[in-house]
Amino acid sequence: MSEELLFRFEVDGDDFTSAGQASVQIKKNLRQLGIPSDTIRRVSIAMYEGEINMVIHAKGGVAIVKVNEEYIEIVLEDKGPGIKDVELAMQEGFSTAPDGIRSLGFGAGMGLPNMKRYTDSMEIETVVGEGTTITMRVNL
Amino acid sequence: MTVSSLTEKGFDALSLPFGEREIDGVYIGDLLSFVMGNCCADNIWITIMSNINVIAVASLTDVSCVLLAEGVTLDNEVLKEAKNKGINVLATKMTAYETAVYLSELLK
Repeated sequence: MSEELLFRFEVDGDDFTSAGQASVQIKKNLRQLGIPSDTIRRVSIAMYEGEINMVIHAKGGVAIVKVNEEYIEIVLEDKGPGIKDVELAMQEGFSTAPDGIRSLGFGAGMGLPNMKRYTDSMEIETVVGEGTTITMRVNL
Repeated sequence: MTVSSLTEKGFDALSLPFGEREIDGVYIGDLLSFVMGNCCADNIWITIMSNINVIAVASLTDVSCVLLAEGVTLDNEVLKEAKNKGINVLATKMTAYETAVYLSELLK
């Protein structure tokens, strides 16, 4: 692939049932591009965790995936409440998700740690009251 | 061992679009981020969760099969999604522990 490819998804903030559609779609797109299956798995899981976070905390947002010869980049942008203490949020088991979310199997406090674990780099830009942008890269 | 061969061992098939898939290992868990963090591709995933997010997680982790324990079943909407997404789903009345012990024998 000589040129860069861009995929853009709106993540619906009200709908838990459709959460994950962007990640499942990206998985298909990457498979068509011939990306190795282990890489696809890492990208799509990291993106799914991010999507779920946007639904739980930020009433949705936008996910943009960039694919070029060197890496796959996932940018997740929301206009949610922001993250007060990023270091704390990155700790395994720390969660501010409401109880109702836990009954769906989420809110284990593993979302951000999983995103970091499955990507080669992850940057969080966040402003309390304004929103959060997370940029993750998986090298090819 | 393939997923469809488990239907001859007492497991009920709820969705079996890729019954020929080979099983490699077992993971048990209900918290979806733990599953995504630790479950491996081609594992059988034993769970008692049955909401629609289970289908997305099964697809992303590329498990060979979701195995619903304790008599849990899927509602029609979730079942339809499993078939659409090509996810194998089996069910059993056994507990997760009993299921794992039984699978351990079968997968030897």
